[in-house]
Amino acid sequence: MPISIKMPALSPTMTDGTLAKWLVKEGDEVRSGDVIAEIETDKATMEVEAIDEGVIAVIAVSEGTQNVPVNAVIAMLAEEDEDPSTIRLDDGASETLSLPPADSPADHNETVAEVATSQEAPQSKAQPAIQAMAESAPANRLFASPLARRMAAQNDISLDGMTGSGPNGRIIKVDVEAAIAGQGQAGTTAAMPRPSTPQASTEERFVPHSAMRRTIAQRLSESKQTAPHFYLTVDCEIDQLLAARKTMNASAPEGVKISVNDMIVRAAAHALMKVPDVNGSYEADGCRYYADADICIAVALDGGLVTPVIPAAQNRGLADISQISKELASQARDGTLPPEAYQGGTFTISNLGMFGIREFAAVINPPQGAILAVGAGEQRPVVKDGALAVATVMSVTLSADHRIVDGALGAKWLQTFKDIIENPVLMLV
Amino acid sequence: MANQNEYDVIVIGGGPGGYVAAIRASQLGMRAAVIEKEHLGGICLNWGCIPTKALLRAAELRHNLEHLSDYGIEITGDITIDLEKVVKRSRGVASRLSAGVTHLLKKNKVNVIEGTATLKGKSGDKHIVHIAGDKPSDIQAKHVIIATGARARQIPNMEADGKQIVTYRDAMVPQTMPKSLIVVGSGAIGIEFASFYRDMGVEVTVVEAMDRILNAEDAEISAMAHKAFEKRGMKIMVSAKLQKLEKSASSVTATIEQKGKIHKLSAERVIMAIGIVGNSENLGLEGKKVKIDRGHIVTDGYGATGEAGIYAIGDVTGAPWLAHKASHEGIICVEKIAGAKNVHKIADNTVPGCTYCRPQIASVGLSEAQAKEKGYKVRVGRFPFMANGKAIALGDDEGMIKTIFDDKTGEFLGAHMIGPEVTEMIQGYAIARTLETTEAELMQTIFPHPTLSEAMHESVLDAYDRAIHF
Repeated sequence: MPISIKMPALSPTMTDGTLAKWLVKEGDEVRSGDVIAEIETDKATMEVEAIDEGVIAVIAVSEGTQNVPVNAVIAMLAEEDEDPSTIRLDDGASETLSLPPADSPADHNETVAEVATSQEAPQSKAQPAIQAMAESAPANRLFASPLARRMAAQNDISLDGMTGSGPNGRIIKVDVEAAIAGQGQAGTTAAMPRPSTPQASTEERFVPHSAMRRTIAQRLSESKQTAPHFYLTVDCEIDQLLAARKTMNASAPEGVKISVNDMIVRAAAHALMKVPDVNGSYEADGCRYYADADICIAVALDGGLVTPVIPAAQNRGLADISQISKELASQARDGTLPPEAYQGGTFTISNLGMFGIREFAAVINPPQGAILAVGAGEQRPVVKDGALAVATVMSVTLSADHRIVDGALGAKWLQTFKDIIENPVLMLV
Repeated sequence: MANQNEYDVIVIGGGPGGYVAAIRASQLGMRAAVIEKEHLGGICLNWGCIPTKALLRAAELRHNLEHLSDYGIEITGDITIDLEKVVKRSRGVASRLSAGVTHLLKKNKVNVIEGTATLKGKSGDKHIVHIAGDKPSDIQAKHVIIATGARARQIPNMEADGKQIVTYRDAMVPQTMPKSLIVVGSGAIGIEFASFYRDMGVEVTVVEAMDRILNAEDAEISAMAHKAFEKRGMKIMVSAKLQKLEKSASSVTATIEQKGKIHKLSAERVIMAIGIVGNSENLGLEGKKVKIDRGHIVTDGYGATGEAGIYAIGDVTGAPWLAHKASHEGIICVEKIAGAKNVHKIADNTVPGCTYCRPQIASVGLSEAQAKEKGYKVRVGRFPFMANGKAIALGDDEGMIKTIFDDKTGEFLGAHMIGPEVTEMIQGYAIARTLETTEAELMQTIFPHPTLSEAMHESVLDAYDRAIHF
């Protein structure tokens, strides 16, 4: 039975990719683990490994072909006892090429090609197969056992967003039981770390890289290694901002609720317009300064983060920013964020205030020139007119790429930002 | 490959735990070896599950032939048994399957090494395994899985001699049929032999120390089995403790204490089936952090022992002593080694158990008593085969199906079956449990008519007072 090799999905959101290069040709013998092709997506180039052995009988997609859908047959492999010359790309297989990815009827021995970046250790060789096996279910359909559903309903627990530990991420009894136990604890011991079984706490775990983990590792290493970071911190008093927010929300139409973060986005967009030299990228031959403040907001996910973009934030009102950022965050958590929603961006805001972090320094999101790290707003003693007073203070830290933003420029931007935050009426300008 | 003697995983023992673990390891891209000292396939395939099924088939055919007239078929002439041929067929079945395992391992590129393995020291993070045999050698791997199985438990002064007092192994290859037989122990092994020998016309007495036979089964099933066996002419003594076995030239006399009274019982042969002990000795585990409790290696449920890189699966880790449990543990262990996500331990009471006596017995999950002990408020359904059309047509309507649900959540807690072909049907309930179905999905499922499995459906309906045909 010939084995069809298919276009692999390099990330949960990938729908197609470019077949950049074939490393084998028709008639070549391949063994399990051999790298046979390179695939490119907008994010990365990955190698495709053979998982079966045999002779490459047909190469169905030529080098350089773009937009090859995931699961499309890219080659046919003849097994040991087969004559490669008799194998054709059969009707079923060619059909899948033109079909959208999801369902390809399996009438012969199919194998989705694996993706791997290293072949040295046998363990790492084993990972892709495992990864494919344990891939989590697509977010649009909730997989849960009947018992889990009933127990959740009886205990008034939502299965949305729950991580399933069954096959393909299916939510099973133990997951609901854990959620019920978690709920019970939340009231009494919220501050305590959740006690897990002693076994789990001592257990060594090996988690094969997800596509997201690889992207984070690659981009942030690149950033720290190539962009000389420097950091500027300033304290902003936000009592006025909080008061303004309260007034706005009190009179806002149903469904609109402005968050502090929405106001920070707007303030940053304004500051970028007033100090446009921070809104740029260092490139090999020159610096590129952008017209729009396309502001990325960092959203934490299970096992990683994404930075969806609020485009041209300088032109958007607070209600608009609020609505867009809410939608982006929820899409990000559901894994339904379209690629264009996290591509581009000229400046990033990372807010860890909700975790009580006072201040921190973020790693620049390349190729951007700067990132703003926002800490918690908290009551602190301040000196006003020579006397101690209490104010709500939020510390923010700008990490800037010194190749494009110099110290004084960064300071000027931060001063501008602080002005807007402390006098929120300036946001209206 | 740096060295031909280096592996990713070495499995000691080629039984249903070991060979399955090795194949899975190879599927996951690991270089795997299996060390086997006797036959690939282990006890299960060579001296257990499989050859006994071949014997029981012969016994079943004999039983059916004797009842042909019930179906309107008459044959003339005597039914005779060529015991040598019955045993030979059983051995043939075993060797055919053992050859099959050899082929599977080869196909999956698992290296099979003949010999006896012992763990030596370590070389870096790799464990060194010494193989004694025709070609002594040392091989090494970061991960070593012990799958050495178990052997029949012996009682001091009542050791098997292979002739008058035997264990499963000799019981399987009898040269003559004894006139009378005492079976000590009424677990699955003891009961299957009792059933086989009884169908072959032997006078059989079962001696059980607990207060009921088939102690692992639901009490109601035990009671039904007890009655069914007695109806077949088997003698059964429960709460009976074997004190002594005395051999004479032609018989063995057992001294049995039952409720304060001493009984003397003589038979031509005795089968000892009082449980098994793990083969955890002579493996070089001494001085390692591997914990052994009464002959069984203690693991964390994923096969890991106290010593990093040393794992144990199957019978050597303790009850239930079942081939399919060993295989599943092998797969869990290897996937854990490979770093797979979402590998789950075998959950309590998800391992189905089958006893191939006549009538057959099969179960999965909690018994009614166990469920109540765990604090469940239970709903119990029962359906007898005498109300099942297919069973009546087959002329085999003895037995019933019992199902147990949690009243609060509808969780399907357990199923217990006795009757025709129940060993083939239990998988349906096992799937239901693994998928975590509630009573609702089982009720909504359409069972084909006319089948024995309709009784599975009716039992579930009965638990909710909705049975149609009873």
